[in-house]
Amino acid sequence: MATPQPQRDALVQDTPLWIHDLTVAYHRKPVLWDVNLSLPEGQLVAVVGPNGAGKSTLIKAVQGLVPRASGAISVFGKPYEEQRHLVGYVPQRESVDWDFPVNALDVVTMGLYRQIGWCRPVNRRHKAQAMAALEKVGMTPYAHRQISHLSGGQQQRVFLARALVQDAQLYLMDEPFVGVDVATERAIVALLKDLKAAGKTCIVVHHDLQTVPTYFDHVVLLNMRVVEAGPTDAVFTEENLRKTYGGKLTLLSDALFEYSKNPQLPRGRKGGQP
Amino acid sequence: MEWTSFDTWIVVTGALSAAACALLGNYLVLRKLSMMGDAISHAVLPGLALAFIITGSRDSLPMLVGATAIGVLTAFLVQALFRLSELEKGATMGVIFTTFFALGLILIRQAADHVDLDPSCVLYGAIELTPLDVYELMGMEIPRAALTNLGMLAVNLLFVGLFYKELKITSFDPALATTLGINATFLHYALMTLVAATTVAAFESVGSILVIAMLIVPAATAHLLTDRLGAMLVISVLIAALSALLGHLGAITVPTWFGFTDTSTAGMMGVATGLIFLVTFLLAPRYGVVSRVLRQWQLSLKIVADDVLGFLYRYEELKQPQSPPVQAGDLQKALKAGGSLWPALWQLKRRGAIRQTADDVLPTETGLAQGARLVRSHRLWESYLCDALQMCPTDVHALAHDLEHFTDASMSEALARQSGDPNIDPHERQIPPLPK
Ligand SMILES: Nc1ncnc2c1ncn2[C@@H]1O[C@H](COP(=O)(O)OP(=O)(O)O)[C@@H](O)[C@H]1O
Ligand SMILES: [Mg+2]
Repeated sequence: MATPQPQRDALVQDTPLWIHDLTVAYHRKPVLWDVNLSLPEGQLVAVVGPNGAGKSTLIKAVQGLVPRASGAISVFGKPYEEQRHLVGYVPQRESVDWDFPVNALDVVTMGLYRQIGWCRPVNRRHKAQAMAALEKVGMTPYAHRQISHLSGGQQQRVFLARALVQDAQLYLMDEPFVGVDVATERAIVALLKDLKAAGKTCIVVHHDLQTVPTYFDHVVLLNMRVVEAGPTDAVFTEENLRKTYGGKLTLLSDALFEYSKNPQLPRGRKGGQP
Repeated sequence: MEWTSFDTWIVVTGALSAAACALLGNYLVLRKLSMMGDAISHAVLPGLALAFIITGSRDSLPMLVGATAIGVLTAFLVQALFRLSELEKGATMGVIFTTFFALGLILIRQAADHVDLDPSCVLYGAIELTPLDVYELMGMEIPRAALTNLGMLAVNLLFVGLFYKELKITSFDPALATTLGINATFLHYALMTLVAATTVAAFESVGSILVIAMLIVPAATAHLLTDRLGAMLVISVLIAALSALLGHLGAITVPTWFGFTDTSTAGMMGVATGLIFLVTFLLAPRYGVVSRVLRQWQLSLKIVADDVLGFLYRYEELKQPQSPPVQAGDLQKALKAGGSLWPALWQLKRRGAIRQTADDVLPTETGLAQGARLVRSHRLWESYLCDALQMCPTDVHALAHDLEHFTDASMSEALARQSGDPNIDPHERQIPPLPK
């Protein structure tokens, strides 16, 4: 699956996200294996795959949140580290402690912390920006509510608003549709359409296969490796889904785990190439 | 009770050290690192002993530096062991700090053979003695310990003030912080360094056990009282200072009531902060046990009252002209409400929803309208669950029965719209129209 060199340079030029030979392992057990991807600009991209397929890991590895054993990643043609300001992240809802003593407005304001800069206080203008983002997701009435007193859908909208204030070009969203009510689902879909209309690229981990064709232009079928990636019409077929969700790949994972004890393979953090 | 300037200084020193600990403790509690305070405050012991053995004096500065260095090393080792071993975090902390603590005890024993350094002093502190060791400052004799802790509190305040935003985001969502280019690791170790330094500064006065209490208890108490981080910081510091005052007062008064002389101030400070926590835990307005029980009780009362109104409405639907009125005993049997029926009936009477003559319970106009609304919600839910969600084979009645109590007017109308404004529910009963 390795991308040939000349093509690689062409792709690096301007795609929002380009991934080459990415391998990630937790405690030497490979979770992503040899992932190659190049995603088109200005589209809504679904990342689909069974539980434990490595979808969250992919999103995190792109942003350097989990160490990669090997591989290269570029965002709009440059390493992620130089392009942080172009990327907005919507993590899985369970990833934070909702009892934390902050309200919805505080959480959204956090999206501005890089712009505000180290040691500088949040001022009224930043709060106004955050309020505007809350309004876009229909959360104005809840701005001053402590976040554990919000419903699941409302919490998800707070996370979306936080990504919106970052005014990124590329959005990475991890399961934004999980555990949300119908109203929130509609709000998120509308938001995705707005983002697309504004020329942004959204990469969304999605679990509901039924809605993939209606919500998304492009699909990445993932199960430790990229099974198939491309425009939804072409790639989102029953056959490909069977390949993604079928049992064979779990077997492959186990086999690779055994195999990874062989020191010639990348071994977690230590064995990784720069 | 006799109060001298000694007592004032004891309270001031205690309050300063407790406040310095409590301020940082907020971040330990919020980061689920409470054990880390425990670990660091035990693990600094060999640092203290080593500094002492090397310099041969009990001078504060080398002790502070040595112990802080070991404290930070502990934080590093915990992280490293956690990454490499797949052990859970609590276990890695336990392994490291007990080892360090034991090592410290051995070292102190060794050192104590030569000069006076008392292990028990490290555990319990010697706050009663701190006013003896004074430092002349602008003509005032100020206890050295008070100055040290004041300095530490100032440093901590500066740290929290300067990095307020960064500490907040790295505590709440370290992944997001990292993607924004805010270095969570740096802040973690900065925090751990200050925890270690604060611990050491507070040791001499209050001892390591109280340090642990002050790192955790005031912050945990404050978290029960507020939903705002800023307020939590302020409240925890106030609680810490209050504990010092109450602790010393308790130490010099309480034992005399029982014919003893005074007791350890540090110990009493620990007791005081524990009591403050207990009272808060019971009585806090929103998250206290009492208010939670009360809310629960009110909710169950509301449900019984709703059920009574629903029952009266259904009875009204079915009854013949000659049917007798509903009796309280019938309600009790039908609703299986037990003792909570009586307060519910009393509440309904006060609301003017029912009239009660002898044992007869009669709905008023308002009562019937409210009953109609409830029954409407109930039957709408049944239709919705049946038709829209195809859940008919399951017990939609029970589910609708639970949901009806949490359905306000707007939700019930949304339901009606979504299930096409039905008049008849799945059990072929009339769905009451919206009462005027
Ligand atoms: N921090 C971690 N440590 C060890 N294993 C992990 C960790 N996070 C995820 N995994 C494992 O990696 C695999 C992929 O996880 P994840 O990326 O969360 O899957 P997905 O999001 O597709 O459900 C799973 O088998 C999971 O158990
Ligand atoms: Mg996931």
